[in-house]
Amino acid sequence: MTAFDLQAILPELLLAVFAMFALLAAVYTGKDKATPLVTWATAGVMLALALFIGLGEAVNGRAFGGLLFEDAYGRFAQVGILVAAAAVLLAGQDTLVRRGLGRFEYPLLIALATVGMMIMVSAGDLMTLYMGLELQSLALYVVAAMRRDGVKSTEAGMKYFILGALSSGLLLYGASLTYGYAGTTGFDGILAAASGGEMGLGLLFGLTFVVAGLAFKVSAVPFHMWTPDVYEGAPTPVTAFFATAPKLAAMALFGRVLFDAFGQAVGDWSQIIALMAVLSMFLGAVAAIGQRDIKRLMAYSSISHMGFALIGLAAGSQYGVQAMLVYMAIYLTMNVGTFAFIMSMERDGKPVTEIAALHQYAKGEPVKALAMLVLLFSLAGVPPMVGFFGKLYVLGAAVQADMTLLAVAGVVASVIGAFYYLRIVYYMYFGEAEERVETPMSPAAWVMLMGAAAAMLLGVINLFGVEGAAAQAAAALVN
Amino acid sequence: MVGLEHYLGLAAALFVIGIFGLFLNRKNIIVLLMSIELILLAVNINLVAFSAYLGDLTGQVFTLFVLTVAAAEAAIGLAILVSFFRTRGSIAVEDVNVMKG
Repeated sequence: MTAFDLQAILPELLLAVFAMFALLAAVYTGKDKATPLVTWATAGVMLALALFIGLGEAVNGRAFGGLLFEDAYGRFAQVGILVAAAAVLLAGQDTLVRRGLGRFEYPLLIALATVGMMIMVSAGDLMTLYMGLELQSLALYVVAAMRRDGVKSTEAGMKYFILGALSSGLLLYGASLTYGYAGTTGFDGILAAASGGEMGLGLLFGLTFVVAGLAFKVSAVPFHMWTPDVYEGAPTPVTAFFATAPKLAAMALFGRVLFDAFGQAVGDWSQIIALMAVLSMFLGAVAAIGQRDIKRLMAYSSISHMGFALIGLAAGSQYGVQAMLVYMAIYLTMNVGTFAFIMSMERDGKPVTEIAALHQYAKGEPVKALAMLVLLFSLAGVPPMVGFFGKLYVLGAAVQADMTLLAVAGVVASVIGAFYYLRIVYYMYFGEAEERVETPMSPAAWVMLMGAAAAMLLGVINLFGVEGAAAQAAAALVN
Repeated sequence: MVGLEHYLGLAAALFVIGIFGLFLNRKNIIVLLMSIELILLAVNINLVAFSAYLGDLTGQVFTLFVLTVAAAEAAIGLAILVSFFRTRGSIAVEDVNVMKG
Protein backbone atom coordinates (compact mmCIF):
# COMPACT_ATOMS: atom_id res chain seq x y z
CA MET A 1 0.00 0.00 0.00
CA THR A 2 1.56 3.23 -1.12
CA ALA A 3 1.16 6.68 0.35
CA PHE A 4 -1.12 7.59 -2.52
CA ASP A 5 -3.46 4.68 -1.80
CA LEU A 6 -3.70 5.77 1.79
CA GLN A 7 -4.32 9.36 0.78
CA ALA A 8 -7.10 8.30 -1.58
CA ILE A 9 -8.99 6.30 1.04
CA LEU A 10 -8.18 8.50 4.03
CA PRO A 11 -11.61 10.19 4.38
CA GLU A 12 -13.46 6.85 4.23
CA LEU A 13 -10.99 5.34 6.65
CA LEU A 14 -11.36 8.19 9.13
CA LEU A 15 -15.13 8.05 9.06
CA ALA A 16 -15.20 4.28 9.48
CA VAL A 17 -12.74 4.38 12.37
CA PHE A 18 -14.70 7.19 13.95
CA ALA A 19 -17.94 5.21 13.66
CA MET A 20 -16.42 2.15 15.29
CA PHE A 21 -14.81 4.06 18.14
CA ALA A 22 -17.94 6.11 18.75
CA LEU A 23 -19.98 2.90 18.84
CA LEU A 24 -17.73 1.43 21.51
CA ALA A 25 -17.58 4.67 23.45
CA ALA A 26 -21.35 5.07 23.44
CA VAL A 27 -21.93 1.49 24.50
CA TYR A 28 -19.58 1.84 27.46
CA THR A 29 -20.79 5.25 28.59
CA GLY A 30 -24.26 6.62 28.31
CA LYS A 31 -25.90 4.42 25.66
CA ASP A 32 -28.97 6.34 24.45
CA LYS A 33 -28.20 9.28 26.72
CA ALA A 34 -25.16 9.92 24.55
CA THR A 35 -27.29 10.20 21.40
CA PRO A 36 -27.24 14.01 21.01
CA LEU A 37 -23.49 14.10 21.53
CA VAL A 38 -22.89 11.23 19.09
CA THR A 39 -25.16 12.87 16.52
CA TRP A 40 -23.39 16.20 16.71
CA ALA A 41 -19.98 14.54 16.66
CA THR A 42 -20.89 12.44 13.62
CA ALA A 43 -22.23 15.45 11.77
CA GLY A 44 -19.13 17.41 12.76
CA VAL A 45 -16.80 14.71 11.47
CA MET A 46 -18.79 14.50 8.23
CA LEU A 47 -18.64 18.25 7.67
CA ALA A 48 -14.94 18.32 8.48
CA LEU A 49 -14.31 15.54 5.98
CA ALA A 50 -16.41 17.37 3.39
CA LEU A 51 -14.22 20.44 3.88
CA PHE A 52 -11.11 18.28 3.76
CA ILE A 53 -12.15 16.65 0.49
CA GLY A 54 -13.53 19.82 -1.05
CA LEU A 55 -10.74 22.21 -0.16
CA GLY A 56 -7.84 19.80 0.21
CA GLU A 57 -5.15 19.29 -2.34
CA ALA A 58 -6.62 17.57 -5.39
CA VAL A 59 -4.78 14.46 -6.48
CA ASN A 60 -6.01 12.31 -9.30
CA GLY A 61 -5.22 8.76 -10.17
CA ARG A 62 -5.93 5.10 -9.56
CA ALA A 63 -5.49 3.80 -6.05
CA PHE A 64 -5.09 0.16 -4.94
CA GLY A 65 -4.24 -1.02 -8.43
CA GLY A 66 -7.38 0.44 -9.96
CA LEU A 67 -9.84 -0.61 -7.24
CA LEU A 68 -10.54 3.02 -6.41
CA PHE A 69 -10.60 6.00 -8.75
CA GLU A 70 -9.57 9.24 -7.15
CA ASP A 71 -10.89 12.08 -9.30
CA ALA A 72 -12.94 15.26 -9.27
CA TYR A 73 -16.14 13.33 -10.04
CA GLY A 74 -15.81 11.15 -6.96
CA ARG A 75 -14.87 14.12 -4.81
CA PHE A 76 -17.89 16.13 -5.96
CA ALA A 77 -20.23 13.28 -5.08
CA GLN A 78 -18.48 12.61 -1.77
CA VAL A 79 -18.78 16.22 -0.65
CA GLY A 80 -22.46 16.23 -1.60
CA ILE A 81 -23.10 12.97 0.26
CA LEU A 82 -21.27 14.09 3.40
CA VAL A 83 -22.98 17.48 3.57
CA ALA A 84 -26.43 16.02 2.91
CA ALA A 85 -25.95 13.26 5.48
CA ALA A 86 -24.75 15.72 8.12
CA ALA A 87 -27.61 18.13 7.38
CA VAL A 88 -30.23 15.39 7.67
CA LEU A 89 -28.69 14.07 10.89
CA LEU A 90 -28.78 17.50 12.51
CA ALA A 91 -32.26 18.32 11.29
CA GLY A 92 -33.67 15.00 12.45
CA GLN A 93 -31.95 14.73 15.82
CA ASP A 94 -34.60 16.57 17.84
CA THR A 95 -37.52 14.84 16.12
CA LEU A 96 -36.07 11.39 16.71
CA VAL A 97 -35.63 12.05 20.41
CA ARG A 98 -39.16 13.41 20.74
CA ARG A 99 -40.57 10.34 18.99
CA GLY A 100 -38.69 8.05 21.35
CA LEU A 101 -36.21 6.95 18.70
CA GLY A 102 -33.13 8.70 20.03
CA ARG A 103 -30.87 5.70 19.70
CA PHE A 104 -27.16 6.25 19.51
CA GLU A 105 -26.82 3.58 16.81
CA TYR A 106 -28.72 5.73 14.34
CA PRO A 107 -26.05 8.37 13.64
CA LEU A 108 -23.40 5.66 13.53
CA LEU A 109 -25.35 3.53 11.07
CA ILE A 110 -25.76 6.64 8.97
CA ALA A 111 -22.00 7.21 9.21
CA LEU A 112 -21.32 3.65 8.05
CA ALA A 113 -23.83 4.01 5.22
CA THR A 114 -21.98 7.19 4.28
CA VAL A 115 -18.68 5.31 4.18
CA GLY A 116 -20.33 2.83 1.82
CA MET A 117 -21.60 5.62 -0.39
CA MET A 118 -18.21 7.31 -0.49
CA ILE A 119 -16.58 4.06 -1.60
CA MET A 120 -19.33 3.47 -4.12
CA VAL A 121 -18.91 6.74 -5.95
CA SER A 122 -15.15 6.36 -6.25
CA ALA A 123 -15.26 2.66 -7.18
CA GLY A 124 -13.04 1.64 -10.05
CA ASP A 125 -13.83 -2.04 -9.95
CA LEU A 126 -16.96 -4.17 -9.77
CA MET A 127 -15.80 -5.56 -6.43
CA THR A 128 -15.37 -2.15 -4.79
CA LEU A 129 -18.68 -1.11 -6.28
CA TYR A 130 -20.42 -4.11 -4.75
CA MET A 131 -18.80 -3.77 -1.33
CA GLY A 132 -19.60 -0.06 -1.12
CA LEU A 133 -23.15 -0.59 -2.28
CA GLU A 134 -23.76 -3.36 0.24
CA LEU A 135 -22.26 -1.42 3.13
CA GLN A 136 -24.68 1.35 2.29
CA SER A 137 -27.68 -0.92 1.77
CA LEU A 138 -27.19 -3.07 4.86
CA ALA A 139 -27.03 0.01 7.08
CA LEU A 140 -30.11 1.46 5.40
CA TYR A 141 -32.20 -1.72 5.80
CA VAL A 142 -31.59 -1.50 9.53
CA VAL A 143 -32.47 2.17 9.92
CA ALA A 144 -35.65 1.69 7.86
CA ALA A 145 -36.84 -0.82 10.45
CA MET A 146 -35.58 1.30 13.34
CA ARG A 147 -38.97 1.60 15.07
CA ARG A 148 -38.90 -2.04 16.08
CA ASP A 149 -42.33 -1.95 17.70
CA GLY A 150 -43.96 -0.16 14.78
CA VAL A 151 -46.05 -2.12 12.31
CA LYS A 152 -45.26 0.20 9.43
CA SER A 153 -41.57 0.60 10.14
CA THR A 154 -40.83 -3.13 10.32
CA GLU A 155 -42.87 -3.70 7.21
CA ALA A 156 -40.95 -0.95 5.43
CA GLY A 157 -37.68 -2.53 6.55
CA MET A 158 -38.85 -5.93 5.33
CA LYS A 159 -39.89 -4.65 1.92
CA TYR A 160 -36.77 -2.59 1.53
CA PHE A 161 -34.62 -5.56 2.48
CA ILE A 162 -36.25 -8.04 0.10
CA LEU A 163 -36.29 -5.71 -2.89
CA GLY A 164 -32.87 -4.28 -2.10
CA ALA A 165 -31.40 -7.77 -1.89
CA LEU A 166 -33.09 -8.65 -5.17
CA SER A 167 -31.56 -5.60 -6.83
CA SER A 168 -28.13 -6.49 -5.44
CA GLY A 169 -28.63 -9.96 -6.87
CA LEU A 170 -29.46 -8.56 -10.32
CA LEU A 171 -26.46 -6.24 -10.14
CA LEU A 172 -24.18 -9.07 -9.08
CA TYR A 173 -25.40 -11.37 -11.82
CA GLY A 174 -24.63 -8.61 -14.29
CA ALA A 175 -21.24 -8.12 -12.66
CA SER A 176 -20.44 -11.84 -12.96
CA LEU A 177 -21.36 -11.84 -16.66
CA THR A 178 -19.34 -8.68 -17.21
CA TYR A 179 -16.39 -10.28 -15.48
CA GLY A 180 -16.67 -13.42 -17.57
CA TYR A 181 -16.94 -11.69 -20.91
CA ALA A 182 -14.54 -8.84 -20.25
CA GLY A 183 -12.06 -11.05 -18.42
CA THR A 184 -11.61 -8.52 -15.64
CA THR A 185 -13.58 -6.69 -12.98
CA GLY A 186 -11.67 -3.43 -13.34
CA PHE A 187 -13.51 -0.60 -15.07
CA ASP A 188 -10.48 0.19 -17.24
CA GLY A 189 -10.36 -3.39 -18.50
CA ILE A 190 -14.11 -3.46 -19.12
CA LEU A 191 -13.83 -0.20 -21.02
CA ALA A 192 -11.14 -1.70 -23.21
CA ALA A 193 -13.16 -4.90 -23.77
CA ALA A 194 -16.33 -2.99 -24.61
CA SER A 195 -14.67 -0.67 -27.13
CA GLY A 196 -14.21 -1.22 -30.81
CA GLY A 197 -17.72 -0.94 -32.17
CA GLU A 198 -19.80 -4.05 -31.44
CA MET A 199 -20.09 -5.07 -27.82
CA GLY A 200 -20.44 -8.82 -27.33
CA LEU A 201 -23.78 -10.31 -26.33
CA GLY A 202 -22.43 -11.47 -22.96
CA LEU A 203 -21.24 -7.99 -22.06
CA LEU A 204 -24.54 -6.54 -23.21
CA PHE A 205 -26.39 -8.89 -20.87
CA GLY A 206 -24.02 -7.93 -18.10
CA LEU A 207 -24.62 -4.24 -18.76
CA THR A 208 -28.40 -4.74 -18.76
CA PHE A 209 -28.42 -6.54 -15.42
CA VAL A 210 -26.09 -3.99 -13.85
CA VAL A 211 -28.29 -1.14 -15.11
CA ALA A 212 -31.38 -2.90 -13.72
CA GLY A 213 -29.73 -3.31 -10.33
CA LEU A 214 -28.66 0.30 -10.22
CA ALA A 215 -32.09 1.49 -11.38
CA PHE A 216 -33.51 -0.18 -8.27
CA LYS A 217 -31.19 1.88 -6.11
CA VAL A 218 -32.11 5.19 -7.75
CA SER A 219 -35.77 4.05 -7.77
CA ALA A 220 -36.29 4.59 -11.48
CA VAL A 221 -39.41 3.12 -13.10
CA PRO A 222 -39.93 0.14 -13.62
CA PHE A 223 -37.90 -0.65 -10.50
CA HIS A 224 -39.56 1.86 -8.19
CA MET A 225 -42.20 -0.21 -6.37
CA TRP A 226 -40.39 -0.20 -3.05
CA THR A 227 -40.03 3.57 -2.80
CA PRO A 228 -43.51 4.74 -1.67
CA ASP A 229 -43.89 2.01 0.94
CA VAL A 230 -40.42 2.48 2.39
CA TYR A 231 -40.78 6.25 2.46
CA GLU A 232 -44.14 6.00 4.19
CA GLY A 233 -43.19 3.30 6.66
CA ALA A 234 -39.77 4.45 7.81
CA PRO A 235 -39.57 7.08 10.58
CA THR A 236 -39.63 10.52 8.92
CA PRO A 237 -36.03 11.55 9.74
CA VAL A 238 -34.92 8.24 8.20
CA THR A 239 -37.06 8.90 5.15
CA ALA A 240 -35.37 12.28 4.88
CA PHE A 241 -32.05 10.50 4.72
CA PHE A 242 -33.29 8.00 2.09
CA ALA A 243 -34.45 10.87 -0.08
CA THR A 244 -31.11 12.67 -0.08
CA ALA A 245 -27.61 11.21 0.20
CA PRO A 246 -28.26 7.65 -1.10
CA LYS A 247 -29.99 9.10 -4.15
CA LEU A 248 -26.95 11.20 -5.03
CA ALA A 249 -24.65 8.24 -4.36
CA ALA A 250 -26.67 5.87 -6.53
CA MET A 251 -26.94 8.41 -9.31
CA ALA A 252 -23.21 9.16 -9.18
CA LEU A 253 -22.46 5.43 -9.20
CA PHE A 254 -24.75 5.06 -12.21
CA GLY A 255 -22.70 7.68 -14.04
CA ARG A 256 -19.47 6.06 -12.91
CA VAL A 257 -20.44 2.63 -14.28
CA LEU A 258 -21.94 3.92 -17.51
CA PHE A 259 -19.04 6.19 -18.41
CA ASP A 260 -16.00 4.62 -16.79
CA ALA A 261 -16.85 1.00 -17.61
CA PHE A 262 -19.20 1.23 -20.58
CA GLY A 263 -18.24 4.63 -21.94
CA GLN A 264 -17.43 3.18 -25.36
CA ALA A 265 -20.92 1.81 -25.76
CA VAL A 266 -23.00 4.94 -25.23
CA GLY A 267 -25.35 3.90 -28.03
CA ASP A 268 -26.13 0.66 -26.21
CA TRP A 269 -27.31 2.18 -22.94
CA SER A 270 -28.45 5.66 -23.87
CA GLN A 271 -31.83 4.44 -25.12
CA ILE A 272 -32.49 2.31 -22.03
CA ILE A 273 -31.70 5.21 -19.73
CA ALA A 274 -33.83 7.58 -21.80
CA LEU A 275 -36.80 5.21 -21.60
CA MET A 276 -36.40 4.84 -17.83
CA ALA A 277 -36.16 8.61 -17.51
CA VAL A 278 -39.42 9.20 -19.40
CA LEU A 279 -41.28 6.47 -17.47
CA SER A 280 -39.99 7.75 -14.11
CA MET A 281 -40.91 11.35 -14.82
CA PHE A 282 -44.44 10.49 -15.90
CA LEU A 283 -45.19 7.84 -13.31
CA GLY A 284 -43.81 10.05 -10.55
CA ALA A 285 -45.88 12.99 -11.72
CA VAL A 286 -49.15 11.14 -12.32
CA ALA A 287 -49.13 8.76 -9.35
CA ALA A 288 -48.38 11.55 -6.88
CA ILE A 289 -51.63 13.35 -7.70
CA GLY A 290 -53.83 10.94 -5.77
CA GLN A 291 -51.66 10.72 -2.66
CA ARG A 292 -52.96 11.82 0.74
CA ASP A 293 -49.78 11.13 2.69
CA ILE A 294 -47.05 13.70 2.25
CA LYS A 295 -44.26 11.12 2.65
CA ARG A 296 -45.77 9.00 -0.11
CA LEU A 297 -46.08 12.12 -2.20
CA MET A 298 -42.42 12.90 -1.65
CA ALA A 299 -41.61 9.33 -2.71
CA TYR A 300 -43.32 9.83 -6.06
CA SER A 301 -41.76 13.26 -6.27
CA SER A 302 -38.31 11.71 -5.85
CA ILE A 303 -39.08 9.10 -8.53
CA SER A 304 -39.98 11.92 -10.87
CA HIS A 305 -36.86 13.89 -9.96
CA MET A 306 -34.69 10.83 -10.57
CA GLY A 307 -36.24 10.68 -14.02
CA PHE A 308 -35.04 14.22 -14.68
CA ALA A 309 -31.56 13.44 -13.41
CA LEU A 310 -31.47 10.36 -15.66
CA ILE A 311 -32.11 12.62 -18.67
CA GLY A 312 -28.67 14.07 -18.00
CA LEU A 313 -27.11 10.60 -18.11
CA ALA A 314 -29.13 9.56 -21.15
CA ALA A 315 -27.62 12.47 -23.07
CA GLY A 316 -24.35 10.55 -22.81
CA SER A 317 -22.22 13.68 -22.98
CA GLN A 318 -19.99 15.61 -20.66
CA TYR A 319 -22.57 18.39 -20.52
CA GLY A 320 -25.19 15.80 -19.61
CA VAL A 321 -23.18 14.53 -16.65
CA GLN A 322 -22.60 18.08 -15.52
CA ALA A 323 -26.35 18.75 -15.73
CA MET A 324 -27.07 15.57 -13.75
CA LEU A 325 -24.67 16.61 -10.98
CA VAL A 326 -26.07 20.13 -10.76
CA TYR A 327 -29.60 18.72 -10.74
CA MET A 328 -28.76 16.31 -7.93
CA ALA A 329 -27.13 19.06 -5.86
CA ILE A 330 -30.25 21.20 -6.19
CA TYR A 331 -32.49 18.21 -5.49
CA LEU A 332 -30.60 17.45 -2.28
CA THR A 333 -30.93 21.01 -1.02
CA MET A 334 -34.64 21.13 -1.74
CA ASN A 335 -35.27 17.79 -0.07
CA VAL A 336 -33.29 18.59 3.06
CA GLY A 337 -35.41 21.72 3.53
CA THR A 338 -38.71 20.07 2.72
CA PHE A 339 -38.08 17.12 4.99
CA ALA A 340 -36.92 19.36 7.82
CA PHE A 341 -40.47 20.68 7.65
CA ILE A 342 -42.25 17.34 7.19
CA MET A 343 -40.40 15.85 10.17
CA SER A 344 -41.72 18.52 12.45
CA MET A 345 -45.40 18.08 11.52
CA GLU A 346 -47.36 16.86 14.53
CA ARG A 347 -50.62 17.25 16.42
CA ASP A 348 -50.80 16.71 20.18
CA GLY A 349 -47.28 15.29 20.10
CA LYS A 350 -48.16 12.65 17.48
CA PRO A 351 -46.56 12.78 14.03
CA VAL A 352 -48.94 13.76 11.25
CA THR A 353 -48.26 13.08 7.60
CA GLU A 354 -51.61 13.76 5.91
CA ILE A 355 -51.46 16.56 3.41
CA ALA A 356 -54.91 17.66 4.57
CA ALA A 357 -53.41 18.62 7.95
CA LEU A 358 -51.74 21.58 6.24
CA HIS A 359 -55.03 23.42 5.63
CA GLN A 360 -54.70 27.07 6.57
CA TYR A 361 -51.19 26.50 7.81
CA ALA A 362 -49.99 29.89 6.61
CA LYS A 363 -52.34 31.71 9.03
CA GLY A 364 -50.48 30.40 12.05
CA GLU A 365 -46.92 30.20 10.79
CA PRO A 366 -46.44 32.68 7.96
CA VAL A 367 -42.62 32.45 7.87
CA LYS A 368 -42.36 28.67 7.69
CA ALA A 369 -45.23 28.57 5.22
CA LEU A 370 -43.38 31.04 3.02
CA ALA A 371 -40.22 28.92 3.17
CA MET A 372 -42.25 25.86 2.20
CA LEU A 373 -43.86 27.82 -0.61
CA VAL A 374 -40.44 28.63 -2.01
CA LEU A 375 -39.26 25.02 -1.68
CA LEU A 376 -42.41 23.57 -3.24
CA PHE A 377 -42.26 26.05 -6.12
CA SER A 378 -38.64 25.07 -6.59
CA LEU A 379 -39.51 21.34 -6.54
CA ALA A 380 -42.16 22.03 -9.14
CA GLY A 381 -39.66 23.93 -11.26
CA VAL A 382 -41.33 27.32 -11.23
CA PRO A 383 -39.00 30.16 -12.25
CA PRO A 384 -37.22 32.04 -10.79
CA MET A 385 -36.47 29.39 -8.12
CA VAL A 386 -33.30 27.36 -8.53
CA GLY A 387 -35.27 24.16 -9.19
CA PHE A 388 -36.27 25.64 -12.53
CA PHE A 389 -32.65 26.09 -13.57
CA GLY A 390 -31.88 22.48 -12.63
CA LYS A 391 -34.63 21.30 -14.97
CA LEU A 392 -33.49 23.74 -17.65
CA TYR A 393 -29.99 22.33 -17.36
CA VAL A 394 -30.92 18.67 -17.94
CA LEU A 395 -33.40 19.55 -20.68
CA GLY A 396 -30.69 21.63 -22.35
CA ALA A 397 -28.37 18.62 -22.20
CA ALA A 398 -31.04 16.47 -23.87
CA VAL A 399 -31.57 19.02 -26.65
CA GLN A 400 -27.83 19.30 -27.17
CA ALA A 401 -27.61 15.53 -27.58
CA ASP A 402 -30.34 15.62 -30.25
CA MET A 403 -32.92 14.06 -27.95
CA THR A 404 -35.56 16.71 -28.44
CA LEU A 405 -38.43 14.31 -27.80
CA LEU A 406 -36.94 13.45 -24.43
CA ALA A 407 -36.78 17.14 -23.56
CA VAL A 408 -40.38 17.67 -24.64
CA ALA A 409 -41.46 14.74 -22.48
CA GLY A 410 -39.57 16.32 -19.59
CA VAL A 411 -41.43 19.61 -20.00
CA VAL A 412 -44.81 17.88 -20.12
CA ALA A 413 -44.04 15.75 -17.06
CA SER A 414 -42.85 18.82 -15.20
CA VAL A 415 -46.13 20.61 -15.92
CA ILE A 416 -48.16 17.61 -14.70
CA GLY A 417 -45.96 17.35 -11.62
CA ALA A 418 -46.38 21.02 -10.77
CA PHE A 419 -50.03 20.33 -9.94
CA TYR A 420 -49.48 18.37 -6.74
CA TYR A 421 -46.84 20.69 -5.36
CA LEU A 422 -49.04 23.68 -6.00
CA ARG A 423 -51.96 21.88 -4.38
CA ILE A 424 -50.02 21.79 -1.11
CA VAL A 425 -49.36 25.50 -1.42
CA TYR A 426 -53.05 26.02 -2.08
CA TYR A 427 -53.96 24.09 1.07
CA MET A 428 -51.51 26.08 3.14
CA TYR A 429 -52.80 29.44 2.03
CA PHE A 430 -56.41 28.98 0.96
CA GLY A 431 -57.47 25.70 2.58
CA GLU A 432 -60.67 25.22 4.51
CA ALA A 433 -60.56 26.03 8.17
CA GLU A 434 -59.60 22.95 10.13
CA GLU A 435 -57.59 22.02 13.13
CA ARG A 436 -54.10 23.19 12.21
CA VAL A 437 -50.97 21.13 12.36
CA GLU A 438 -48.21 22.17 14.74
CA THR A 439 -44.61 22.27 13.63
CA PRO A 440 -42.28 22.68 16.59
CA MET A 441 -38.74 22.76 15.21
CA SER A 442 -35.33 22.53 16.75
CA PRO A 443 -33.05 25.43 15.81
CA ALA A 444 -31.07 23.05 13.54
CA ALA A 445 -34.17 21.99 11.61
CA TRP A 446 -35.32 25.60 11.37
CA VAL A 447 -31.95 26.59 9.95
CA MET A 448 -32.14 23.76 7.38
CA LEU A 449 -35.63 24.78 6.27
CA MET A 450 -34.82 28.48 6.02
CA GLY A 451 -31.36 27.89 4.59
CA ALA A 452 -32.69 25.60 1.86
CA ALA A 453 -35.45 28.09 1.02
CA ALA A 454 -32.97 30.97 0.92
CA ALA A 455 -30.64 28.92 -1.26
CA MET A 456 -33.49 28.35 -3.70
CA LEU A 457 -33.81 32.12 -4.10
CA LEU A 458 -30.21 33.32 -3.80
CA GLY A 459 -28.78 30.45 -5.81
CA VAL A 460 -30.21 32.05 -8.94
CA ILE A 461 -27.21 34.37 -9.02
CA ASN A 462 -24.46 31.78 -9.50
CA LEU A 463 -25.71 28.48 -8.00
CA PHE A 464 -23.08 28.98 -5.26
CA GLY A 465 -20.33 27.82 -7.58
CA VAL A 466 -21.76 24.31 -7.86
CA GLU A 467 -21.83 24.69 -11.62
CA GLY A 468 -18.06 25.08 -11.92
CA ALA A 469 -17.35 22.16 -9.61
CA ALA A 470 -19.83 20.00 -11.51
CA ALA A 471 -18.21 20.96 -14.81
CA GLN A 472 -14.83 19.89 -13.47
CA ALA A 473 -16.30 16.65 -12.13
CA ALA A 474 -17.99 15.85 -15.42
CA ALA A 475 -14.78 16.57 -17.32
CA ALA A 476 -12.95 14.12 -15.05
CA LEU A 477 -15.53 11.40 -15.70
CA VAL A 478 -15.99 11.83 -19.45
CA ASN A 479 -12.57 12.14 -20.97
CA MET B 1 -16.86 -33.33 -20.28
CA VAL B 2 -18.43 -30.54 -18.31
CA GLY B 3 -17.63 -27.21 -19.92
CA LEU B 4 -18.15 -23.56 -19.09
CA GLU B 5 -21.57 -23.47 -20.72
CA HIS B 6 -22.90 -26.15 -18.38
CA TYR B 7 -21.91 -24.13 -15.35
CA LEU B 8 -23.38 -20.99 -16.85
CA GLY B 9 -26.57 -22.87 -17.64
CA LEU B 10 -26.81 -24.17 -14.08
CA ALA B 11 -26.18 -20.69 -12.67
CA ALA B 12 -28.78 -19.15 -14.97
CA ALA B 13 -31.31 -21.81 -13.96
CA LEU B 14 -30.68 -21.22 -10.25
CA PHE B 15 -30.89 -17.47 -10.77
CA VAL B 16 -34.24 -17.75 -12.52
CA ILE B 17 -35.55 -20.14 -9.84
CA GLY B 18 -34.50 -17.59 -7.23
CA ILE B 19 -36.25 -14.72 -9.03
CA PHE B 20 -39.42 -16.76 -9.46
CA GLY B 21 -39.23 -17.82 -5.85
CA LEU B 22 -39.34 -14.16 -4.89
CA PHE B 23 -42.30 -13.26 -7.06
CA LEU B 24 -44.46 -16.36 -7.12
CA ASN B 25 -44.08 -17.32 -3.49
CA ARG B 26 -47.26 -16.50 -1.57
CA LYS B 27 -46.53 -18.30 1.65
CA ASN B 28 -43.64 -17.49 3.85
CA ILE B 29 -41.02 -14.77 4.15
CA ILE B 30 -38.36 -17.35 5.03
CA VAL B 31 -38.79 -18.69 1.51
CA LEU B 32 -38.04 -15.20 0.21
CA LEU B 33 -34.78 -15.17 2.16
CA MET B 34 -33.92 -18.56 0.74
CA SER B 35 -34.63 -17.30 -2.78
CA ILE B 36 -32.31 -14.35 -2.23
CA GLU B 37 -29.62 -16.75 -1.07
CA LEU B 38 -30.20 -18.85 -4.18
CA ILE B 39 -29.69 -15.80 -6.40
CA LEU B 40 -26.41 -14.95 -4.72
CA LEU B 41 -25.18 -18.54 -4.93
CA ALA B 42 -26.03 -18.66 -8.62
CA VAL B 43 -23.82 -15.61 -9.03
CA ASN B 44 -21.05 -17.40 -7.14
CA ILE B 45 -21.21 -20.40 -9.45
CA ASN B 46 -20.97 -18.00 -12.37
CA LEU B 47 -17.96 -16.24 -10.89
CA VAL B 48 -16.08 -19.41 -10.01
CA ALA B 49 -16.80 -20.96 -13.41
CA PHE B 50 -15.53 -17.88 -15.20
CA SER B 51 -12.55 -17.73 -12.89
CA ALA B 52 -11.56 -21.31 -13.71
CA TYR B 53 -12.22 -20.81 -17.40
CA LEU B 54 -10.20 -17.61 -17.62
CA GLY B 55 -7.45 -18.87 -15.35
CA ASP B 56 -7.83 -15.67 -13.37
CA LEU B 57 -8.16 -15.52 -9.60
CA THR B 58 -10.23 -12.33 -9.42
CA GLY B 59 -13.48 -14.23 -9.77
CA GLN B 60 -12.75 -16.39 -6.75
CA VAL B 61 -11.79 -13.37 -4.67
CA PHE B 62 -15.08 -11.79 -5.70
CA THR B 63 -16.89 -14.97 -4.65
CA LEU B 64 -15.41 -14.75 -1.17
CA PHE B 65 -16.64 -11.18 -0.85
CA VAL B 66 -20.08 -12.17 -2.06
CA LEU B 67 -20.24 -15.05 0.43
CA THR B 68 -19.29 -12.75 3.30
CA VAL B 69 -21.79 -10.10 2.34
CA ALA B 70 -24.48 -12.75 1.83
CA ALA B 71 -23.94 -13.93 5.40
CA ALA B 72 -24.26 -10.38 6.74
CA GLU B 73 -27.31 -9.83 4.58
CA ALA B 74 -28.99 -12.98 5.87
CA ALA B 75 -28.30 -11.90 9.45
CA ILE B 76 -29.91 -8.53 8.89
CA GLY B 77 -32.81 -10.06 7.00
CA LEU B 78 -33.53 -12.46 9.84
CA ALA B 79 -33.23 -9.66 12.41
CA ILE B 80 -35.79 -7.59 10.54
CA LEU B 81 -37.94 -10.68 10.18
CA VAL B 82 -37.88 -11.24 13.94
CA SER B 83 -38.99 -7.70 14.71
CA PHE B 84 -41.62 -8.00 11.98
CA PHE B 85 -42.93 -11.17 13.58
CA ARG B 86 -43.04 -9.53 17.00
CA THR B 87 -45.26 -6.70 15.81
CA ARG B 88 -47.46 -8.78 13.52
CA GLY B 89 -47.45 -12.28 14.95
CA SER B 90 -47.09 -13.78 11.50
CA ILE B 91 -44.52 -14.14 8.74
CA ALA B 92 -46.90 -14.91 5.91
CA VAL B 93 -46.18 -12.93 2.77
CA GLU B 94 -49.84 -11.93 2.44
CA ASP B 95 -49.62 -10.19 5.81
CA VAL B 96 -47.04 -7.70 4.54
CA ASN B 97 -49.85 -5.42 3.50
CA VAL B 98 -50.33 -2.47 5.83
CA MET B 99 -49.09 -0.14 3.11
CA LYS B 100 -50.35 -0.58 -0.42
CA GLY B 101 -47.92 0.40 -3.15
